[in-house]
Amino acid sequence: MRGDLEIISPWVSQASTVLDMGCGDGLLLAHLQSEKGVKGYGLEIDEDRITECIVNGVNVVEHDLDERGLSGFSDNQFDTVIMTQALQAVRRPDELLDEMLRVGKQGIVTFPNFGYWRCRQYLLLNGKMPMSKSLPHTWYNTPNIHLCTFKDFEILCRQKGIRVLNRLEVNAEFEEKSFAKLWPNLLAEFAVYRIEKK
Amino acid sequence: MLADSVGLVEPKLQHFDQALKLDCGKTLSQYDLIYETYGELNESRSNAVLICHALSGDHHAAGYHQEDDPKPGWWDSCIGPGKPIDTNVFFVVCLNNLGGCKGSTGPTTLCPETGERYGPDFPIVTVRDWVESQARLADVLGIDVWAAVVGGSLGGMQALRWSLDYPERVKHAVVIASTPKLTAQNIAFNEIARKAITSDPSFHDGRYYLHDTVPAKGLMLARMIGHITYLSDEAMGEKFGRVTKSENFNFDYGVEFEVESYLNYQGKRFSKTFDANTYLLMTRALDYFDPAQDFDGDLVKALEVSQCSYFVASFSSDWRFSPERSQVLVDAMIKANKPVSYCEIDAPHGHDAFLIPTPRYTAAFSAYMQRVAKEQGL
Repeated sequence: MRGDLEIISPWVSQASTVLDMGCGDGLLLAHLQSEKGVKGYGLEIDEDRITECIVNGVNVVEHDLDERGLSGFSDNQFDTVIMTQALQAVRRPDELLDEMLRVGKQGIVTFPNFGYWRCRQYLLLNGKMPMSKSLPHTWYNTPNIHLCTFKDFEILCRQKGIRVLNRLEVNAEFEEKSFAKLWPNLLAEFAVYRIEKK
Repeated sequence: MLADSVGLVEPKLQHFDQALKLDCGKTLSQYDLIYETYGELNESRSNAVLICHALSGDHHAAGYHQEDDPKPGWWDSCIGPGKPIDTNVFFVVCLNNLGGCKGSTGPTTLCPETGERYGPDFPIVTVRDWVESQARLADVLGIDVWAAVVGGSLGGMQALRWSLDYPERVKHAVVIASTPKLTAQNIAFNEIARKAITSDPSFHDGRYYLHDTVPAKGLMLARMIGHITYLSDEAMGEKFGRVTKSENFNFDYGVEFEVESYLNYQGKRFSKTFDANTYLLMTRALDYFDPAQDFDGDLVKALEVSQCSYFVASFSSDWRFSPERSQVLVDAMIKANKPVSYCEIDAPHGHDAFLIPTPRYTAAFSAYMQRVAKEQGL
């Protein structure tokens, strides 16, 4: 099973409602539909991924988060709102987090940790913006316009009155690494959070 | 004939003598519907797809009537073996709507009570009336539940209406380049088209049949206006630009530019094959459509009754029924917690893009119809 499915699945209750923002090929939603009987929608902007979602049998809505936010959705419409690898790519991650917890009772957020030691080492040794397998883009042409660290994210959550229910430290395959717990901000490549409004 | 064509097809005529009570309060005591079918209805009758036509469409959606027909049916690009609506999988039904002029009962039909053509006395029918008459055709064909009801533009409105009027008879509704209601601008364009027709001296209050004439000039003008709204500025620019018929200007008001020539040709051709009263009626059906009206304008409430999954698609350059119109519909569907998938397809052809098989449109439409097939166990 794909790592992110394995990690996120237990956090989603049986027969609940889910909104997946930036749902990609829709496999996470498809998995949650078949395993947990959830109902929901995926939002996606990439046309090929949208067609894949249709093939994978999920409800996919072409939607530009930067342009429309979540204004079309009602308060508390979903039990869980998921945003995997999209937080760093939107124009206003802070506003979107608010919106996420307006339309959903809980949120699940994953993002690449820019405080990961390899990023730090790359910048320190090369003096250039870090590039890696999980961050393969040049600084001038990247979808990742708002990279952050574990620490940054948790500071923002504190400021916004967002409660962190769970935090996981994972690698690029979404496998949990126990050593990363020692110093997540330095040792974990990716962050996974389950959050709700206080 | 190409391998992905449904080939030669023959229209069938179905007579109904059970009276149909219409939205306007009048009743049609009897009527005919002309329709075509493509593919085979399976034993469990679970593979039937209804195609609803737009303003000037008819029952001839795919294939050819004769070997030497210059053009196939109006949606041949999407209906056939291996096409988005795959006739190897689905049994496809398309009919000419009531009030039409291509074989179903409409203004050009002889009224049984008077023995004269209905003309302007043909009652104005609504999208709801069409759905009702289509449901009766489904009964005759033994189709209890449609795997999908599919339509573009005014056809999309019928698909939407089906999902609300007969929620238990529709598994999927495919609403392409459509809108939950017309905007003031849409209605304004329709009114100009109607004025063009009714102000033609040959219109004779709609009784032109008695005068052995047709308001060809008015109908031509109506079609020319309509045609502009079906195309995008970009598509027209690409097709015609400012290319002129002759090298030098003639300094008169004859046809100078290619685009004028094209519009005149299209308008003239249309005025010879379409009935003016039907055109009036179709534009009114468009104007009146608004399923939210019975729910104080609340589309979310109107959708509550629906039991189907929706596929909604719009086209970036469509300014007649712009992507924003589809977005309103999709937002309401989500608020009503109805299953929906939505694509805004980047295509330069304007409203007509729903008839043109661009790669992404074909891919998404095919993928959705394959999902319909899978869910129906086909």
